[in-house]
Amino acid sequence: MRLLRGRDLVCQQAVELVTDYLEGTLSRSARRRFEAHLANCPHCTEYLAQMRETISLTGRLAPEDLTPQLRDEFVDLYRRWQSEQQ
Amino acid sequence: MSRSRPGLGRRPARPILAVMESDGELVLRLRSGDERAFIGLVERYNEPMLRLATSFVPSRAIAEEVVQDTWLAVLRGIGGFEGRSSLKTWLFSILANQARKTGTREHRSIPVADPEPVVDPSRFDASGGWADPPGHWIEVAEGRMEAGKLAYRIRVWIDELPARQREVVLLRDVEGMSSEEVCAVLALSDGNQRVLLHRGRSRLRQMFEDEFREVR
Repeated sequence: MRLLRGRDLVCQQAVELVTDYLEGTLSRSARRRFEAHLANCPHCTEYLAQMRETISLTGRLAPEDLTPQLRDEFVDLYRRWQSEQQ
Repeated sequence: MSRSRPGLGRRPARPILAVMESDGELVLRLRSGDERAFIGLVERYNEPMLRLATSFVPSRAIAEEVVQDTWLAVLRGIGGFEGRSSLKTWLFSILANQARKTGTREHRSIPVADPEPVVDPSRFDASGGWADPPGHWIEVAEGRMEAGKLAYRIRVWIDELPARQREVVLLRDVEGMSSEEVCAVLALSDGNQRVLLHRGRSRLRQMFEDEFREVR
């Protein structure tokens, strides 16, 4: 972030900072510059919203159901393991 | 198993909400020898583990072996699981170790110093401002997701990510693990984890834009 000190961010730099911003790892001054850029840039504001939406959509994936066959295999695995314990 | 819990199979089905037990509850029940708790954990984590294992090793067949070995290690180790880490971290760490044991886990370099931009430079003008700004897609994507028509596509896009980006995205954004947990499982530094996450998420965002820009 050193390179950005004392200058206004441009969009091409801002998109590279989005993850650091969301992760909370920007320095205080870099965060201020990032937010100052957003305040004047609807496109980068939209870009940030889209990154948040990407994270949100990805977080809504649910594991596929176990097939009955695979389920039976795991029941067998468990019972084999249990019988070996006795 | 059913010897110690007679009548297990005849229990009435429980309401859906009650079926979603916490990981901690399943662990407690598994420790006391409850077969259904084991199957509950398998239902929750077998597929995510298989996806991660597929990224670690060169073939689906090896990945399936790694996952099966992981479940056996879980059964052996569950009595000693102290809950200092989350169950997820523990499971995925065992998985990563099992994958390393196969000796086939590739050592891929992490291009941290690689300055490759996450947005096509041709979309910016000479001063670094947007020339081709991001097209709107959030509302359309939400509609598709609610209609159940998007999850499959997102899975495909995640599968298409470079392996290390895919691993970080799967654990951070699909499984919802913290950066600390993901660093521990994947043996990554915090900085490298963040670079991989940034690239993976940025690529996925571009996939959404590419997909829905045509619809508009």
